[in-house]
Amino acid sequence: MQDYYEVRWHGRGGQGAITAAKILAQAAYLEGYHGVTAAPSFGAERRGAPVSASTRIARQTIRIVSQVETPNVVVVLDYTLLRYDEVTSGLVKGGWLVVNSRRHPKELDLGGEFNIATADATEVCSSLGLIVAGVTVVNTAILGAFIRATEAVSMASIEKAIRERFSDSKVDINLAAIAQTYKITKLGKVV
Amino acid sequence: MNKKIARKADTWILDGNRAAAQGAKLSRVQVIAAYPITPQSPVTERLSEFVEKRELDAQYIAVESEHSALAVCTSASMVGARTFTATSSHGLAYMHEMLHWAAGARLPVVLACVNRAIGAPWNVLNDQQDSVSQRDTGWIQVYARNNQEILDSIIQAYRIAESIYVPVMVCYDGYVLSHTEMPVDVPSQEAVDRFLPRYKPHTILDPANPKNYNLVTLANPRINAEGVLCHGYMELRYLLQEALQNSRETIVKVGQEFGELFGRSYASMFWEDRLDDADVVIVAMGSLAMEAIVAADMLREGGHKVGVLGLRVFRPFPKAELARALEKSRLVVIFDKNISYGLEGATCSEIKSALYGSPARAVIRDFIVGLGGRDVKAREMADAVKRSLLSVNEGDLNREYAEWICAI
Repeated sequence: MQDYYEVRWHGRGGQGAITAAKILAQAAYLEGYHGVTAAPSFGAERRGAPVSASTRIARQTIRIVSQVETPNVVVVLDYTLLRYDEVTSGLVKGGWLVVNSRRHPKELDLGGEFNIATADATEVCSSLGLIVAGVTVVNTAILGAFIRATEAVSMASIEKAIRERFSDSKVDINLAAIAQTYKITKLGKVV
Repeated sequence: MNKKIARKADTWILDGNRAAAQGAKLSRVQVIAAYPITPQSPVTERLSEFVEKRELDAQYIAVESEHSALAVCTSASMVGARTFTATSSHGLAYMHEMLHWAAGARLPVVLACVNRAIGAPWNVLNDQQDSVSQRDTGWIQVYARNNQEILDSIIQAYRIAESIYVPVMVCYDGYVLSHTEMPVDVPSQEAVDRFLPRYKPHTILDPANPKNYNLVTLANPRINAEGVLCHGYMELRYLLQEALQNSRETIVKVGQEFGELFGRSYASMFWEDRLDDADVVIVAMGSLAMEAIVAADMLREGGHKVGVLGLRVFRPFPKAELARALEKSRLVVIFDKNISYGLEGATCSEIKSALYGSPARAVIRDFIVGLGGRDVKAREMADAVKRSLLSVNEGDLNREYAEWICAI
């Protein structure tokens, strides 16, 4: 656990990257981090188009409002986005790249000086039936991989945040997706 | 007053638009009229939800334009209601005529301006050109640095506006604050009710007692039908200027009382960070004044004595207080998210005018930054300060025009 995290989320419009950024901020606040911020990439968003969001987590009030340049963690909800350089841009040495992918971290062959965690969150969510309007919603599931890799917040805080944000009928399925994804996450430490 | 209860607050993780809507709700606004525009739209959505769910006892009036939104607010204010509207950019520009009308009619309307660039070309992202362009309409302008200040400033705005009969515009950066979530202490309704009692209008337009307000007013004072000597147009304008000149006292007093009750003091026209030993001062307005503190941290690590002055109230402009605060500095570096074309950033001009005739002898540098949502990073601000210091040390003093941080 560190005192300061900058997390950047990459997904496609409709996958819920922004919601995930917000859930993490809420969980971190409940965990005792006094300063948290969650922001979407600014401007227009379209379904299917690449979108990003960010979460900052700190012990003290956050004064920085500019966009994240050097994230400690990058979370990718759709592995096809890895082809864009900006996804891993600025990711610090020894940081974590968390990817929704069925492949093993070693197979991703990205060659950066960062650790990689992978989990097939799409498979977890489709088997659980976590599908909204035809889209498998992996944004909560991937939080399981995030906490497994970074240990930035506890499962208990994530659960609290989920319970605060979701209606009762949606809580269990989301918690199951997070727990299962946590379990199947593969860690590839390179640094 | 029981301060224990008043200090009880819940911390919510809110974006700026939700903080603004909560501020209006806690102020028990009675009439809301607004037209949706990016990035302000969630404010209107939230408020209409509050009214629909009967969580807020108010009339939500759907209108076809921003001009009508402010026309509804001024009319409702005239019949004695506490009114609220919110807008951005082109919406604020479209309100221009009614902004003058609300101030001229001395109505305590409160408006949230979610700062956004103005076209052409089209741009929905943040800068402060929209509200800065409206500085001469007679409104008090307050700028928030974070979402807590948005909520707090809206509640205070009603106390200020209803004390001195001047409308108040609470401005906050689009996206940077409006769409960014952060912890916000939301005070209880009971506590806010103590701070902000129900609106008691000094005049009410009432069919039972017909009156005529703001009718054609001639240049010179003249005697009315009842034999009373009435002000001419110019005397009424003088009184508006006098109200704004004298409003500083009210703004600071209200900010202090707010602090006593809620534990967050606003008893100053601007925010000061490490000015005591600073010989270089960064000046910025809105969320940029937060980022500036991070820039100052960087510069202090490099051995520079840097402080930050965050402008909170832009109108009335706190000339005397500013001149005192900047008296010891040898360099003032101003960052403007606006431009008065053909001259420089607006806050730069105001600061220069504040320092004229004062003992302050600082060199002043102005940087135009962040237009149309261009990201402004703390390290860029720190670099600009370092560059300025270097050139000042080489004898390059005031420059005729502002420098731009952009690709040209």
